Amino acid sequence: MGAVTQAGAVGAAAMVAEAAGADGLGTGGPGTGGPGTHGGDRPLLSAERLTKRYGGRIGCGDVSFELWRGEVLGIVGESGSGKSTLLSCLSGHLAPDTGRVLYDAGDGSVDTLALAEAERRRLMRTDWAFVHQNPRDGLRMGVSAGGNVGERLMGTGARHYGNIRAAALDWLARVEIAPDRIDDRPSAFSGGMQQRLQIARNLVTGPRLVLMDEPTGGLDVSVQARLLDLVRGLVREMGLSAIVVTHDLAVVRLLADRLMVMKDGHVVEQGLTDQVLDDPQHAHTQLLVSSVLQV
Amino acid sequence: MSEAGYNFAYLDEPTKRMIRRAILKGLAIPGYQVPFASREMPMPYGWGTGGVQVTAATLVPEDTLKVIDQGADDTTNAVSIRRFFQRVAGVATTTRTAQASVIQTRHRIPETPLAEGQILVYQVPIPEPLRFLEPSETETRKMHALEEYGLMHVRLYEDIARHGAIATAYAYPVQVEGRYVMDPSPIPKFDNPKLKSAAIQLFGAGREQRIYALPPHTRVVSLDFEDHPFDPAKADAPCALCGATGAYLDEVVVDDAGGRLFVCSDTDYCETRRAEGRVGAAAE
Ligand SMILES: Nc1ncnc2c1ncn2[C@@H]1O[C@H](COP(=O)(O)OP(=O)(O)O)[C@@H](O)[C@H]1O
Ligand SMILES: [Mg+2]
Repeated sequence: MGAVTQAGAVGAAAMVAEAAGADGLGTGGPGTGGPGTHGGDRPLLSAERLTKRYGGRIGCGDVSFELWRGEVLGIVGESGSGKSTLLSCLSGHLAPDTGRVLYDAGDGSVDTLALAEAERRRLMRTDWAFVHQNPRDGLRMGVSAGGNVGERLMGTGARHYGNIRAAALDWLARVEIAPDRIDDRPSAFSGGMQQRLQIARNLVTGPRLVLMDEPTGGLDVSVQARLLDLVRGLVREMGLSAIVVTHDLAVVRLLADRLMVMKDGHVVEQGLTDQVLDDPQHAHTQLLVSSVLQV
Repeated sequence: MSEAGYNFAYLDEPTKRMIRRAILKGLAIPGYQVPFASREMPMPYGWGTGGVQVTAATLVPEDTLKVIDQGADDTTNAVSIRRFFQRVAGVATTTRTAQASVIQTRHRIPETPLAEGQILVYQVPIPEPLRFLEPSETETRKMHALEEYGLMHVRLYEDIARHGAIATAYAYPVQVEGRYVMDPSPIPKFDNPKLKSAAIQLFGAGREQRIYALPPHTRVVSLDFEDHPFDPAKADAPCALCGATGAYLDEVVVDDAGGRLFVCSDTDYCETRRAEGRVGAAAE
């Protein structure tokens, strides 16, 4: 815990880490030691000058930032501003034209884009999680809820059916899905349940870093609120670091410690969430904030 | 002598060389699916065109060929493939497992243990064991390359969740030498232990254009869970004709009144035992 508290130099990260409390660390699930156990004086993730073009069009341009342990970074911007492109470059789904993504779980920094594919994919299914906007992209629709949650465990060597099932039941409970739905397929679930199942499926291996692309995108407002509460609780409990991409400022207000505002592929403003939203400096941010106030 | 107008074993020499290269590559990388340019054969897909091409590329004039379908030499599929090679290769044929140098099979492994020097050729409909849950060929190839086999256990998990036990009874997936996960073709899981064999085992999928192989004595492990170990299942009863207790049985209707008997599916095994004087309950 001490290591993370030293990261308190980084303001928001320390607040989240303290809110998580010492027992937050025990809930990281099997496989990893949980976050914050080492290497607190270096960022968990560093993006260095990421640029991705689609032909002549810029997807994201020259984006750099650092993400600290236990911190939630929000990325906002209007449609087409490059949020998804940036997230895909971070997750390795897209190869940026230039730039680096460094990840440091405490045992030294790795250049994730330079990793052999096997290593990168192993990292993705153990230490990282990716929550898609559309649950269909992140779930196996032909596999039961329990199988969906258990897949990452089996993918990392779990070979005891009873234990896998117990972990799946535990995780369904944590995302508020009734245990008697464990053998149902996600196609029988509502949109909100599918999204919660996708989260359970991702968090079961106790990852350190969660990337989310418009996690509340297709959901009704009331369902959105419940999902956000759930995500916020899990982030605190597990001491997760997260990057949340959204066009919805209400989402980042609730979840993010820090905010990056994008326009035309570039970061135009960044800072602590409350500061950026309450006292936006860049004209584009002012526009975004004022339009949300009108809603 | 083979029939005039055909090259030995029907396929032309360059094609046989191409298939032999795929076979050798398969033997060098046990369990790995080697793509090959499958040729049109004078029989429809589903009749074992993959196995037939592998057999054609494997046969030499001195070979003795046995062909079985579901363990029997006298089924339509087995008879027509055997006749085909009699005509186009002029090789000797047999129904006796022990006397065959090449055995082409669909859905069974002979009960009589195979010996070094024998070759068992399987007809394979769907070579990709991951296809069931991952439809993308690009993705399944990547999963094999990176040894990402969690999905195979998801398939077994689903089985247990739905049926209380691993219900997969045919084409039960195996891992080869601790590396490639392989579909053993739709043999009953009862036969899986026989996949560890002194013979060379070759698998041919015609429509899907894949060949894979097991060299002699390759370690083949059926996938399972610690708390649901692989169970090849035993026959509940001895064979009604020969009394065999450790053989795979088929249920056959024996008279117009709908009387049924359980008898060896491997007809050669059953006949050999009866010739040695062993009798089952129905033959006493
Ligand atoms: N696959 C693609 N091919 C071409 N242009 C793309 C592609 N994906 C995104 N873009 C373009 O890149 C820019 C950023 O898009 P995107 O990252 O999807 O933004 P956001 O997620 O903020 O809506 C947009 O101008 C978009 O049209
Ligand atoms: Mg987007």
